[in-house]
Amino acid sequence: MTSDTVHAAPRRTEAASRGAPPRRRGRRLGDLPIALAFVLPAALGFVLFYLWPTLRAFYLSLTQYNVLTPPRFIGLDNYERLLGDHLFWNALVVTAEYVVINIGVQTVMSVLLAVLMHRLTRSMFVRGVVLLPFLVANVVVALVWFWMLDYQLGIVNQGLEWLGVDRLAFFGESELAIPTIALVNTWRHVGYTALLIFAGLQMIPSSVYEAAAIDGAGEWRIFWRVTLPLLRPVMALVMVLTVIGSFQVFDTVAVTTGGGPINATRVIYYYIYDLAFTRFHFGYAAALSSVLFVLLAGVAYLQLRLSRAGESDLKGS
Amino acid sequence: MQGHLRSLAAAATAALLLSACGAGAPEGGQAAAESATIDYWLWDVAQQPQYQACADAFQKANPNYKVKITQYGWDDYWNTLTTAFVSGTAPDVFVSHLSRYPDFAAQGTILPIDDQVAKDKVDLSLYQDGLADLWVTKDGKRYGLPKDFDTVAVIYNSELLKDAGLKPEDMEKLEWNPKDGGSYEKTIAHLTVDKNGKRGDEPGFDKTKVAVYGIGLAGSGAGFGQTEWSMYAMSNGWQYADQNPWPSRFNYADPKFKETITWFTSLIDKGYMPSMAIAGAGVNQMDAYGAGKYAMVTEGSWNTKSYWNMKGVKSVLAPTPVGPTGKRASLFNGLADNISAATDNPDAAWAWVKFLGSPACQEEIVADEAVIFPAIKSARTRAEQAFGKLGIDVKPFTMHVEEGTTHLAPIADHWADITATMTETMDAIFSRKADVSSLDGANERVNGLFG
Repeated sequence: MTSDTVHAAPRRTEAASRGAPPRRRGRRLGDLPIALAFVLPAALGFVLFYLWPTLRAFYLSLTQYNVLTPPRFIGLDNYERLLGDHLFWNALVVTAEYVVINIGVQTVMSVLLAVLMHRLTRSMFVRGVVLLPFLVANVVVALVWFWMLDYQLGIVNQGLEWLGVDRLAFFGESELAIPTIALVNTWRHVGYTALLIFAGLQMIPSSVYEAAAIDGAGEWRIFWRVTLPLLRPVMALVMVLTVIGSFQVFDTVAVTTGGGPINATRVIYYYIYDLAFTRFHFGYAAALSSVLFVLLAGVAYLQLRLSRAGESDLKGS
Repeated sequence: MQGHLRSLAAAATAALLLSACGAGAPEGGQAAAESATIDYWLWDVAQQPQYQACADAFQKANPNYKVKITQYGWDDYWNTLTTAFVSGTAPDVFVSHLSRYPDFAAQGTILPIDDQVAKDKVDLSLYQDGLADLWVTKDGKRYGLPKDFDTVAVIYNSELLKDAGLKPEDMEKLEWNPKDGGSYEKTIAHLTVDKNGKRGDEPGFDKTKVAVYGIGLAGSGAGFGQTEWSMYAMSNGWQYADQNPWPSRFNYADPKFKETITWFTSLIDKGYMPSMAIAGAGVNQMDAYGAGKYAMVTEGSWNTKSYWNMKGVKSVLAPTPVGPTGKRASLFNGLADNISAATDNPDAAWAWVKFLGSPACQEEIVADEAVIFPAIKSARTRAEQAFGKLGIDVKPFTMHVEEGTTHLAPIADHWADITATMTETMDAIFSRKADVSSLDGANERVNGLFG
């Protein structure tokens, strides 16, 4: 591997930042007011639009509430009802299925894309193209695929028939609906995720690759033994973000299947929305949201612990 | 996420309206207290022009009032409305549906209009019989004046009918029964064509490779089935519930309903009608029909003009088939406008509602647009003539009214919850994942809602 300046630059800034904390500690707190002023708008937004609604949702989950008349406190009844609600458990299973397919395919594809971009091209054009699907609104992407995959008129099925393959009801068949939705969203997000990972790849010093090459490692081996392990902190961050985002799948379902066929795509967020906004069971919907919140917090915590996201293996090298 | 966007959009719209209102008042100069902008919502884009025309006429007669019409598609309409109620940005007046207004009335989000009707001496006998009283709740309060009525008929592709060697007269005398489907099913079978050109009633018909289905499918119809199965079930002597309006016991477990659904879904197995997997996702029934994939569909009168606006497809109307009762059947549904309880200007809102319910709007304007049938009796002929001018003979819709074969649409409490249960159950039956016996449990759950 030839050395190149693109890799050298991040190394320098990293070295600098590693040396930074002691110096910063020595400084006076003169910047604090300004720092607070900068943080304030975001903090205010967080409290107003996230913290307060979250706390209120916890309270509402203990009530019977149809929005239009005042909430009535009913204790833990909503949570009790939740345990026996087959649609809630179905929603969890369906959502999990979606997350596994979506994240699994997306992660593999995006790492592959990122490594290809890293090793083969510096072209800004290619990076732009890879990002393109992400720039189209989710709902538009969903609807375009919905029509392209239509059984009778969709272009994909016309193509399948032309190839001599049987037509498929991608969104209409229970077994296919979730994989279809998961892959449509993968298509949209893979470029963005790939760019995040690509940024992570640029953090890896080229000297490591050179050393590996001198030791006689081929591309394949370098990927498994050097690239992937050193990518771990970035991957951890990407995974936490994408997994939580994946659990929150909603709009694609809302504009295509609407939870169907039967309950095959009634993912948890859509179920919550349906309960609240079409059936007026806001208290119960809040209980579901609360459970989902705890679940997602747990998933994120586990991921961070398991992947040791705060540490880097570069220090030891 | 989308819900938030919608409420944001609603809030933005309301903000715009408010500012428009504020700007309008001083400009008018006189009677600033009375002038108002009436925010009016509807879902049917095809009906927007006719109500815009009514709004123009209304504004001319009442210069103080301005009507601002906003349209949301049916799929978004009720959710947007709910979020608007919550965020305080609800319209002053909105087009309402019989299946929805009882919930709104129970929650106090819409205003009763009894006092205004009495004060202004609105003549309720002007409307088609029974329509006005659909908008009176259990406690005797009236919430709307009827603006239109709708029924169900068959729309068929006349080219495909000719290809099948059938004549329009054949389509007018069809009979149906749950045992073998009668002449109705025979016709549907004959209209079905597979990829090899074999018809549904010919030997060698390949039901796995259908090119044109005899009849389209819009969906399972949940617990309503207005254009899907209601005309069969009711011509088989079935009724939705023990009484209408305000039932306490539903009849989804009735053998007459089960045999109707068994027969209807058997059309899927025979390859005469698309499966739920095919029809339930992707383009809708109307578009598939427009693409020549269905020889006929069952449709509501409100969609008629949209079918005639399609390019490259020639359509003709036929009545729904006569059932075992010896009669045809159609749901008789109608819309009305509700006044939001949060309106700033109840007087202006009422003036607009009254105008929408008056001959000046329904007979002079709406009837001529040939989109829907006005609720006012005397406007029907004029609407029929307007349709006739477009080359549409709407007798198959209106004959239900003349022959007394209409059945009022079910009006019940808990309709959203009934729909949730019945969607799941009926979707499963139509997808052939459950048997009609699952209707027993579903009916029990539905009745459980009424205590």
